Amino acid sequence: MRLLLVDDETELVSALAERLRLRGIETDFATDGDAAADKVRANAYDLAVLDMKMPGLSGLDLKKKLQRLRPGMRFIFMTGHGSEEDFRAGSAEAAGYLVKPVRIEALIAAVQAALAGGQG
Amino acid sequence: MGMIDRLRPAFWDGATDGGPYRSLFNYRRLWRLSVALLAAVSLTPLCIMTVIDFNVTKRAVNQENINRTTITTSNTRRTLTYFLDERLAALGFAARVQTYENLSTQDHLTALLRDLKAAFGGFMDLGVIGEDGRQVAYVGPYDLLGINYADQAWFKETMASGSYISDIFLGFRNVPHLIIAVRADRPGGGHFLLRASVDTQRINDILAGLDLSGNGDAFLVNREGVLQTVSRSHGTVFERLDIPVPEQADRTEVVETSDAEGGLIVGYASIERTPLVLMVVKRQAELMRPWFAMRLNLMGFLGASVLVILVVILGVATYMVEKIFVADQTRAKTMHQMEHTNRMASIGRLAAGVAHEINNPLAIINEKAGLMQDLIRFSPEPPSPDRLSGLVDSILASVERAGTITKRLLSFARHLEVHIESVSLQKVAEEVLSFLTKEAEYRRIAVEVTADPAVPTIESDRGKLQQILLNLVNNAFQAMDDGGSLRVRIFRPGEAGVAVSVADNGCGIPAADIKRIFEPFFSTKKKKGGTGLGLSITYGLVQELGGTLAVASELGHGSTFTVTFPLDKGDAGAPAARG
Repeated sequence: MRLLLVDDETELVSALAERLRLRGIETDFATDGDAAADKVRANAYDLAVLDMKMPGLSGLDLKKKLQRLRPGMRFIFMTGHGSEEDFRAGSAEAAGYLVKPVRIEALIAAVQAALAGGQG
Repeated sequence: MGMIDRLRPAFWDGATDGGPYRSLFNYRRLWRLSVALLAAVSLTPLCIMTVIDFNVTKRAVNQENINRTTITTSNTRRTLTYFLDERLAALGFAARVQTYENLSTQDHLTALLRDLKAAFGGFMDLGVIGEDGRQVAYVGPYDLLGINYADQAWFKETMASGSYISDIFLGFRNVPHLIIAVRADRPGGGHFLLRASVDTQRINDILAGLDLSGNGDAFLVNREGVLQTVSRSHGTVFERLDIPVPEQADRTEVVETSDAEGGLIVGYASIERTPLVLMVVKRQAELMRPWFAMRLNLMGFLGASVLVILVVILGVATYMVEKIFVADQTRAKTMHQMEHTNRMASIGRLAAGVAHEINNPLAIINEKAGLMQDLIRFSPEPPSPDRLSGLVDSILASVERAGTITKRLLSFARHLEVHIESVSLQKVAEEVLSFLTKEAEYRRIAVEVTADPAVPTIESDRGKLQQILLNLVNNAFQAMDDGGSLRVRIFRPGEAGVAVSVADNGCGIPAADIKRIFEPFFSTKKKKGGTGLGLSITYGLVQELGGTLAVASELGHGSTFTVTFPLDKGDAGAPAARG
């Protein structure tokens, strides 16, 4: 299982990646859309955790872009902003929708559920 | 509480409350204006009609009096003329059917006088005068036989024109009378005169028998203005008349004279073939008495109407202005509540954004703290103090970041009460924009704040300034697509003021809408749940702070809202009520 974390908050993604690695999950992170795309082109990720709102690029747009690069990839949205609209869009588009701050157990459970489920 | 206090309507003392949204009208002026206008349009025609009616009826009554005087004068003249003509004709007839010889005998003349008295009346004596002027026969109460009249004017007149009627005189007998004379032909050639005295009793009776209204008077005068008959109030017989005798008139004439006693109506007409003039004199004041009574009624009616109209006007004007006052007060209260609601709504909107911004540091804290725990739990050896210290620093920095955000929100919410203080427009603008940086970032909207360093602080209400700017910036954000640009400029438009302009490069406002954007409930964002109150509330807030709000917009190229404040005037209540 290989994960990609994308969030504009470096401190957040770096710490989260480290915690996941400590749990034996191979994890990379990127802090903007272009870096994420580069990483997706380079490696085969099973799943990406995307921030819903990033400067200049929304999580939904980034998801579409990455999906084109690597069809079959799964996605989970993670956001600090719990707007109704985002929740509906996020839930419909991705396997999971989590509101920050997220307990790591909940994140891992969502990742496993997403990978187990057929929908992507 | 006095009567005046109880009658005084509530609007008289102006707005009681309604907060900073001042009344739209000056109620007292509105009331005065409506009373004056209503009174003018209702009372002016009434007064004009009254004056016209007054004059018309006066003229009509006067004309009626003149007409009646004319008729009376004319009829009386005809009666008198007939009276004298009848006697002249009788005398002429007698002179024609009797011969000079017959008439010269005393018996015949006596019989003739008796017949004339019986048939016509009024004859007093009868005399026959020869061509030489000597009276050859006479019957009557005086001894006038043999008197020579050759030098008398009436004798010459009669000889010349065939007949003569004198004016009234006393003569030898000291009784007012007049004489009638006719010339007759003698069969053998030559002439003689038949002369009779007529007493004036019959004339007096005719004149006395006239029914004259208005304390009227009818009498005869001669051309010299000497009274020929008794008058009631203009002297007695042979006195000089105290009013001027008019020119000779063949027809009946009526003139009005005005003197101290209220004026006279004088009708006059000459009696044909005599030097006599008939005059009918009436007193205007007496004639107009019925009209005066009518005038009194008219004035009474006018007074009562004016009173009723004024009472109604006062009542209606007071009622209407009171209604406007109440409606205006309600509006002001509603606007005040709306302003509050708008502020609460924007705080709510901000809170949603703030929650997002706080969630990010919270998530960092979550991960850093979790990582510390993980390092202790999963690592075969304890983590180095440096590593832990770095993680704690991150946690502290994130707490600091979240604290800053909550403090900002608190400071924004705190300024709900009106509080005038020295405010820097630049600080307020930066504060407001700090809430929106994240949204700007996400939407790639470039926000640029430029402040002229020469702009001084102003005395104003920080909370309201925040609200104004937040509303304007929010509007600008809504007008723009992602990737737009917002420019906030703080500058001095002149010596007396400072200004903030908020310019976007969004959709712009159609020219047709630009006049309406400050109206309450005008909104083009119907679908997206716009209330249409944002700009009208902003406008109200700017006015409360004594400023002005101007807008320039080009469809498709963006809009610029500019708020200008006076340097040291920002108190909420000071500007006088509009209207």
